[in-house]
Amino acid sequence: MSAPPAPRRSYREAGARRRLLAVLDPGSFRELVGPAERVQSPHLAALDLPAAFDDGVAVGRGTLQGRPVLAASQEGAFLGGAVGEVHGAKLTGLLRLAAREQPAGVVLLLDSGGVRLQEANAGLLAVSEILRALLAARAAGVPVVGLIGGGWGCFGGMGIVGRCCDGLAMSEEGRLGLSGPEVIETTCGVEELDTRDRALVWRLYGGKHRIVLGEADLLVEDDLAAFRAAAASLLTRRRVLTLERLCQAQEALEGRLADFGSCADPVDLWAAAGVVAPAELPLLEPEPFLAAVARARRPVP
Amino acid sequence: MERLSYEVEVEGPAAPRAPPALVGVVASGNLEVLVEPGDAGRCRVEIATSARGFGEIWEAVVRDFAARHPVAGLRFSVNDAGATPAVVTLRLGQAVEEYLGATR
Repeated sequence: MSAPPAPRRSYREAGARRRLLAVLDPGSFRELVGPAERVQSPHLAALDLPAAFDDGVAVGRGTLQGRPVLAASQEGAFLGGAVGEVHGAKLTGLLRLAAREQPAGVVLLLDSGGVRLQEANAGLLAVSEILRALLAARAAGVPVVGLIGGGWGCFGGMGIVGRCCDGLAMSEEGRLGLSGPEVIETTCGVEELDTRDRALVWRLYGGKHRIVLGEADLLVEDDLAAFRAAAASLLTRRRVLTLERLCQAQEALEGRLADFGSCADPVDLWAAAGVVAPAELPLLEPEPFLAAVARARRPVP
Repeated sequence: MERLSYEVEVEGPAAPRAPPALVGVVASGNLEVLVEPGDAGRCRVEIATSARGFGEIWEAVVRDFAARHPVAGLRFSVNDAGATPAVVTLRLGQAVEEYLGATR
């Protein structure tokens, strides 16, 4: 008799540190600026709000399948994983360290609604610093990859950070976008996007749609081991950062807008892209899903 | 925010030294607990809480906790976002487990 398959351990349900320990090689994680150093947000204290010892993100060194990496994991349960000054500085510092240390890569476990509104300008500034440091690390030859499978997804400024990575792995439950559904509903009205329609929200922002649009590279099960394997796989592919490539990406995006700009629902887009049974996509497991969309995918260079 | 601090004298052997451990998360009705080595013979608990005016209940929870767990020589720091006493008790217990787990 063969051994039963290892039980799935949900990535989405795990906390930031547990995800990090499961994605990296066992026992390899060494945290930098850990909670005992108590580098907390000065802004939350000024607003009389409770702070977190690590400001909602764990960063440090580790190995992934034996290769040295730097890694960060955002805690979505603390203020929606939002980026405040300290939180952002830890990510920026990690990416700058990567450019200097030249590890095999940087793995970002993204789970964030974007900028922490309580810290306003400091948070916005932090996101721009993260972006600059990320691109500098890539320019220095260090691949930066992102994993999206937490409850908060990856939105706002962190959505931009995600799309600036060399590669992204997502679960269907992970979501990626710029303006989140509530923001669109609030600013454009419920006719534009009804956030009570959960299926629509996931069709629009979920990992599967991002795969069809070519914005995410790998679709994985909501499983810690699957995300670990995906992170290792992403580190082997590098997306060269050149002006020519950016121009190609711009062209591809313009083509996408021309082809699909009038689609009211992702299902319409999947049909227009040539998926045979588009309404079935949300129900498919990753493997049959990837087979069904193989020819419809529109990778952004 | 209210800051509270309690120090309980604890008998028994000092807990072994281990790297700091962090459990829980600062979210509504929840809290995070950081455990570190502290002063011998004492258990110290420092709390920052968003719920004001519950000092007596915190003290009762802390004393009960210190009587039930091997916490001599440990320092606990808490960031609380309005957790109930039951949740606090569970998190403190979890923190001890996590800290001592690293020494086994």
